[in-house]
Amino acid sequence: MEVTVQEAPFDPGAQLSAFTAAAEGAGAVVSFTGIVRDLSGGLDHMEIEHYPAMTERALEEIRTRAVSRFGLTGAWIIHRFGRLSPGETIMMVLTAAPHRADAFAGADFLMDYLKSRAPFWKKEVTGETETWVAARDEDEDALRRW
Amino acid sequence: MIDVLYFAWVRERIGLPKEQVATDAATVADLVEELKAREDRYAAAFADTTALRVAVDQTLAGFDAPLAGAREVAFFPPMTGG
Repeated sequence: MEVTVQEAPFDPGAQLSAFTAAAEGAGAVVSFTGIVRDLSGGLDHMEIEHYPAMTERALEEIRTRAVSRFGLTGAWIIHRFGRLSPGETIMMVLTAAPHRADAFAGADFLMDYLKSRAPFWKKEVTGETETWVAARDEDEDALRRW
Repeated sequence: MIDVLYFAWVRERIGLPKEQVATDAATVADLVEELKAREDRYAAAFADTTALRVAVDQTLAGFDAPLAGAREVAFFPPMTGG
């Protein structure tokens, strides 16, 4: 449950409820939900490819680092792959800590590492074109904060 | 023999997701040179290795990483998770 990689949709609200119930004694729970957006107005769907043999291991490594660095009492990562339409939930991170600063920082850290160090690749498909989403320099730069 | 995997546009450019390669390459960079010499599609995919990332046995590595004992090498563009 701590790291979940799946093709099927999931309910962010249900995940938050389950995580909060499991985060017994935590004073703070933070969640972040990533959603497919249609910036150009022409997106039909997104295809997310991943490296199955590596993905869960990479996510678990990132999760373990966040837990030890911020003293998290709980952390979950849920990430989907496959075909996703605009408005669908792509991924979610949840963190629990005694105080909010660590819960927020832990979630921020998880997101920065997921962007650039988890083996997922996004392709945007419109009616006519298929374009691999390029990694952004800002995302790589964001890792230097930590 | 080593399993070589390709993802995203690297997979599309080379035209297959995975292949077995007989090689004595000492490092990832040596393997890249061997692949580039094969056919144009490999040369095109590996034209600019600064645009690529590599994992050896499912762990991110550099192009100077040794291949001794490695079973799987994967090439892909910078990751775009989240």
